[in-house]
Amino acid sequence: MASTDMVDKDVLVDIFTRADLIMQSDIKFRQMIGAGQLQIVYYPVRGQEVVSSAMMAAVNQDDYLVTIYRGLHDQLAKGIPSKELWAEFAGKMTGTCKGKGGPMHITHPATGVMVTTGIVGSGIPIANGLGLASQLEKDGKVTVCCFGDGATNIGAFHEGLNMAQIWKLPVIFLCQNNLYGEHTHMRDTTGSASIKQRGEGLGMRSVQVNGNDASAMYTAAKEAVDHARAGNGPTLIEAMTFRFHGHLLGDTSHYIPKEEMEQAKKDDPMPILRQQLLDLQISEADVAAIEAKNAAIIEEAAQFALDSDYPPGDEYRIDVLDVEIAA
Amino acid sequence: MSDTAEKPKDIMFAQALNMAMNKAMADDPKVILLGEDIADKEGGGVFKVTAGLSGTYGTDRVRSTPISEQAIVGAAVGAALVGYKPVAEIMLMNFITVAMDQIVNHAAKLRFMSGGQTSVPLTIRTTTGAGTGLGGQHSDMLEAWLAHVPGLKVVAASNPQDAYGLLYSSIMDDNPVIFIENTPGYFVKGPAPAADHTVPLGKASIPREGTDITLIGYGSAISRCHAAADKLAEDGISCEIVDLRTIAPFDEETVLKSVAKTKAAVVVHEAVRSFGTGAEISSRIHEELFSELRAPVGRVGSGYAPVPFSPAIEKAWMFSQDDIEREVHKILG
Ligand SMILES: Cc1ncc(C[n+]2csc(CCOP(=O)(O)OP(=O)(O)O)c2C)c(N)n1
Ligand SMILES: [Mg+2]
Repeated sequence: MASTDMVDKDVLVDIFTRADLIMQSDIKFRQMIGAGQLQIVYYPVRGQEVVSSAMMAAVNQDDYLVTIYRGLHDQLAKGIPSKELWAEFAGKMTGTCKGKGGPMHITHPATGVMVTTGIVGSGIPIANGLGLASQLEKDGKVTVCCFGDGATNIGAFHEGLNMAQIWKLPVIFLCQNNLYGEHTHMRDTTGSASIKQRGEGLGMRSVQVNGNDASAMYTAAKEAVDHARAGNGPTLIEAMTFRFHGHLLGDTSHYIPKEEMEQAKKDDPMPILRQQLLDLQISEADVAAIEAKNAAIIEEAAQFALDSDYPPGDEYRIDVLDVEIAA
Repeated sequence: MSDTAEKPKDIMFAQALNMAMNKAMADDPKVILLGEDIADKEGGGVFKVTAGLSGTYGTDRVRSTPISEQAIVGAAVGAALVGYKPVAEIMLMNFITVAMDQIVNHAAKLRFMSGGQTSVPLTIRTTTGAGTGLGGQHSDMLEAWLAHVPGLKVVAASNPQDAYGLLYSSIMDDNPVIFIENTPGYFVKGPAPAADHTVPLGKASIPREGTDITLIGYGSAISRCHAAADKLAEDGISCEIVDLRTIAPFDEETVLKSVAKTKAAVVVHEAVRSFGTGAEISSRIHEELFSELRAPVGRVGSGYAPVPFSPAIEKAWMFSQDDIEREVHKILG
């Protein structure tokens, strides 16, 4: 695994600011669902905050993102506005997608969030198309495509990475390896020892990195982005991480050995990153101010989601085609 | 069919499926199961439908797979060609789209294209159904796609007893069968089947007899048909219900006999109404009974849109008991 020196203080603060928003949002979602204020299927992201925060700190707002059902951390890190995101999770008309897509299908082109898919692996070929358009337009944009370890067993992964490689597409394939796909450990489903090896087998520049280490993750992300922007083609980043609350909310993680979970929680990236800021002489008060600001954003967003109206029933006839469908 | 004197206890739909697979595996060592997370180590299936089977029959015969629908169905096709009776679980029906080549170009056609030298006795179990807030990619009813492919049988049960009998028959059938389950329906209870209970493929049932109009449906439509029939009875309308059980090929004889008697019909399904199976069934009725019908056959289905996430629009989009009642009133005038 690539190990690196610590990145700039400003970058670390940026990563922490994003990651803390994600962590607090995840906690709040789980609270509200637990309290019955929201009735949704929820894929927790606690534990994976630093991977996406460091990745998105290395790209611009107009770069593209393609992600998956477990995508809250990617979307927030990319800069999606919390209010519209929360309203979409709640199925409200004020949501990013007027309540039609829901948590598994968030889209917000203004922040580059182009596709969120619920079909494992299917975002990969689409990311290539965004990359192809950027290549043809010479617009200098890159596409970040997020997926899990389990997704590398789908044909679309192999077809998609091969095509990206032969066409040198400006796409960063970010495999967030949390070691589990639903209830199955990676070792039971994956013939290669790492995901990185799979990328190498397809001829792609591939790196494995501790995704929970903000500096290492940011360095890997930045290198991949620079590589893509320079026209040198795609990178597969295998970012090692963990999810603390199972596949979806309600999952007891019965299939994860206790010691493994305990160790993962000891390695929780969030307190580590926070401590790194303090070690860099950022004051406790400054860190607390970031956290308080995030908390206020989330409070406002959650309230906005609760207060907003549901779409009217016949809204389903709009947006199916470019013309309204007759009743 | 067996009639036992004692009243059977109620079990859940999901449990009936488990019992059917258990019996098939006990009866025939060539029955194997494959699918994502189906072995007990991974929880016995995300809805626990295969719970306990890997313990009883071992993980050689009950295999958890990678997330690889194309490879799952392909492996089932290959093993079926040489004498196995694989039961592939595709967790949710939307994920069969990833395996469509194996299903449409291979499972369905190899018997025919080989001039009958080979056959593909595989069963694909898959679940779906709206009303659960899962949105556009987790709740589609795609049975019409599959029913349109010659060489595939398509089955959907509406109660635990039928689920047991139909799944067993599907597994033992020498053709590829797509067995469609209903996610909200997994937890619905009904009388338990006797161990030797069987239901042949291609045979509809008439769970309610009536004289004024025939409601034709399958799977998740049947409970709504019953509820609508109860309500319509209060208005003095007597509904007969035909539960197709096998969607393709469907039991024309039972359907036509019932409609010849009632002289009116509504076909009901959860799938999108446009280009749905209801169009085919309605058309067959018109072809055979046009001059006897009191009014054109009605169709109830869901709206022309992907399944919406927001509960408010999902409800408006989805077919309902009200839709059935309205359609019946429209037809009977
Ligand atoms: C094609 C397809 N098959 C199965 C599923 C069901 N499913 C949803 S998430 C998931 C596990 C994916 O694991 P991984 O790619 O490691 O991502 P993670 O959930 O760990 O973030 C599965 C099997 C699906 N959504 N799409
Ligand atoms: Mg995973």
